[in-house]
Amino acid sequence: MLQVRQIECVRGNRCLFRDLSFRLEANQALRVGGENGSGKTSLLRMVAGLSPVESGEILWKAGRIAASGEDYRRDLVFLGHANGLKDDLTPIENLRHALALAGVSATDAALRSALSEQGLDGVADLTVKLLSQGQKRRVALARLGFSGGKPLWVLDEPFAALDAASVRRAETVVLAHLRSGGMVLFTTHQEVELAGAQVQALELGAR
Amino acid sequence: MEATAGAACRAVVGRDLLIAARRRGDVLTTFFFFVIVVSLFPLGVGPQPDMLREIAPGVVWVAALLAAMLSLARMFGADYADGSLEQLVLTPQPLTLLVLSKVLAHWLTTGLPLVLVAPLLGLQFGLPADALATLLVSLLIGTPALSLIGAVGAALTLGVRGGGALTAVLVLPLYVPVLVFGAGAVSASATGMGAAGQVSLLGAMTLAALVFAPWATAMALRISLE
Amino acid sequence: MSNMNWFKYSSPQTFYPLAGRMAPWFIGIAVVLGLLGLYLALFAAPTDFQQGDAYRIIFIHVPAAWMSMFIYVVMAFWAGIGLAFNTRLSSMMAHALAPTGALMTFIALWTGAFWGRPTWGTWWVWDARLTSELILLFLYLGYLSLVAAIDEPRRADKASAVLALVGAINVPIIYFSVQWWNTLHQGSSISVTRAPSMAGIMLAGMLVMVFAFWAYSIAAALMRVRILILERERNAAWVRDSKK
Repeated sequence: MLQVRQIECVRGNRCLFRDLSFRLEANQALRVGGENGSGKTSLLRMVAGLSPVESGEILWKAGRIAASGEDYRRDLVFLGHANGLKDDLTPIENLRHALALAGVSATDAALRSALSEQGLDGVADLTVKLLSQGQKRRVALARLGFSGGKPLWVLDEPFAALDAASVRRAETVVLAHLRSGGMVLFTTHQEVELAGAQVQALELGAR
Repeated sequence: MEATAGAACRAVVGRDLLIAARRRGDVLTTFFFFVIVVSLFPLGVGPQPDMLREIAPGVVWVAALLAAMLSLARMFGADYADGSLEQLVLTPQPLTLLVLSKVLAHWLTTGLPLVLVAPLLGLQFGLPADALATLLVSLLIGTPALSLIGAVGAALTLGVRGGGALTAVLVLPLYVPVLVFGAGAVSASATGMGAAGQVSLLGAMTLAALVFAPWATAMALRISLE
Repeated sequence: MSNMNWFKYSSPQTFYPLAGRMAPWFIGIAVVLGLLGLYLALFAAPTDFQQGDAYRIIFIHVPAAWMSMFIYVVMAFWAGIGLAFNTRLSSMMAHALAPTGALMTFIALWTGAFWGRPTWGTWWVWDARLTSELILLFLYLGYLSLVAAIDEPRRADKASAVLALVGAINVPIIYFSVQWWNTLHQGSSISVTRAPSMAGIMLAGMLVMVFAFWAYSIAAALMRVRILILERERNAAWVRDSKK
C-alpha cells in the first residue's frame, strides 16, 4: 500500500540516495539501515510528507501523498528524533493533547494505563522536564498504544535511549500492530527482535 | 470531521495557555517591556504635558509593535525545537485552522495584556477620556493583526540565524499600515475629530490578515520544516 | 509551439548562454538611452521658473522610483512562479532582481533628498512618496537578509518567495496608509516630489531615462542570474565540462 518510486535525496551538495524504490504492504515492516548521514532520517521525513519529493514519487493507496494531504495524515503516525513533547506539561497532558490532535479520544484511565504499560506510573504527573531521556522517549512511544487505527507507522530510532526492558515492550507494541494488518517503517541502530514478522531490510549508503 | 477539527483547535489553544500559565515569566516580561518602553519616552523628550499628549498615541503604538515583535519568537520557536511543530503539521486537520489557534493563544497571552494596560499608560500621558477609549479599541482591533502578520515572519525565520533581529526586519515594514491607522485613530480622538474612519480601516486590515495570514503562515511553516 | 520554446529556456543550462548573449545588447541600449536622456535632461529641457536648475535631478529620481516599484512586482512574480511550479530558475531570477531593485530605491531616496535640499532647505522630508520609498527599501532589505540567512538554497527560494508575495500584496496598502498619514499630519501636503508642470521635452527626457534604467536593470539581472546559475549548478555536468 505504500509505494516509493525512484526517489532521490540531495543534501547540500551530496546526493545521499538516488533511484530508490520499495513497497510496503500490510503486515510488513521495513527496517532502514545505514551509517550516520546516509539519509535514513531524510527518507523517513520524505515518506511522512515533511520533506518534499523533488524527483520520483511516493504513493499511499495508489495516490500521491502530496495530493492526499489530510487523508494520508489520518493514516500516519510519525515519531521523529525529537519527542514532540512539551517540557512544561506532564506526560498525561502531553499524551492527551497528542491524541486530541490526532482525533482520538481517550479516557484518563486509558491514558494512565498506557503510561503504566511503559513503566511510567510514578512520573505520570511530573512535568516532562524532570524526566530522563529514556522516560521521555517512552512517553512519546505511549502514543503508539492508541494508534492501532492508523495503518502506517513511520518511526525514526524509536528505541533510542531505551533500556532493554523498554525495548522489549516497544517491540511488543510494534509486533501487535504488524499482526493486525499495520505496517511499520523504522530505523534503528540497535539489535531488534521482531519474531515472526516479515521484516525487510534496506541499507542506504551501500552504493 | 468538523467535530475533530474544533477539538484539535481547542486542544492547541488549551495547551498553549496551559504552558503560558506555567511559564508566567515569559508572558510578564513582554508586558513589562511594553510598560518600560512607554515610560522611557517622557525621560527622553521631557515632561511637558502638551507634547506628551501629542506623542502619546504614537509612543504607545510603537511600544506595542516592539513588544509584539519581541514575543514572536515564542510563537513557534519552542515547538520547532522540541518536535511539536512537526506533529502539528502532520495532524490530519487543516493546518490553517491550527495556525489560527496558535495565533489566538499567542495574542491572548501577549496582545491582550497590552490592550488592558494601555489606557493606564495613556492616562500617564494626559490623554483625554475619548482618546483613552479609542486607544483601547484600536489596540484591541490592531494587536490581533500584529500577531497574525507577525506569525508569517516568525514562521519564515524558524531555526535561522539572525533570529529576532531578522524577524524584525521582515515584519516591521508590514506593520506600518496598522501603526499608521491605529495611532492615527487615537490622535484623531485626542484632537476631537472622529476616529470612526481609521478604526474601520484598522478593522478591515485585521479581517484581511485573519483571512490571509494563517494560510501564508502554514505555507511558511511547511517550508521551514523541509 | 511557442510554449515549447519557452519551457526550453526554463532550465538553467539553456538559459545561461541565452542570458550571456542578451546582456550586452541591453547594456548597449542602456548606455545609448542614458546618454540621450542625460542630454535632454541637462541641456534640452528648459530651466524651471520656480525651481531653477536643481529640479533636473527628477530625471534620475522619478525613473529610479518607478523602476524600484516595478522591479519589486517583477521580483515577486518570478518568486511566485518559482514557488508554484518548483522551478529553480524562476527563483534565481527573483534573487537576481532584488539587489538592482534595492539600488533603484536607494538612488530614488538619495536623489529625493538632493532635490529637497535646495527647494526646502532640509535633507529629508517625510512626504508620502519618499516615506513609501523608504519602506520599500526595507522590504528589499528584508528579502535580501532572509535569502542570506538561510543556508539551504531551496528553502531560501521558497521562504523568500512567500516573503516577496506577502510584501507585494502589502505594498499598495502601505502606500495608501502612508499617503493618508501624510495628509493627516501635514494638512495640504507639501510634497518635495511635486514636479514642475511638464513641458513636452521634459516628458520625453523622463521617458528616455525610464527606458534607460529599464534596460540597465534587465542587463544587471541577466548578468547576476548567470553568476547565480554557476554557483547553484556548480556540481552539474555541463558546468564542470565548460570551465571557460
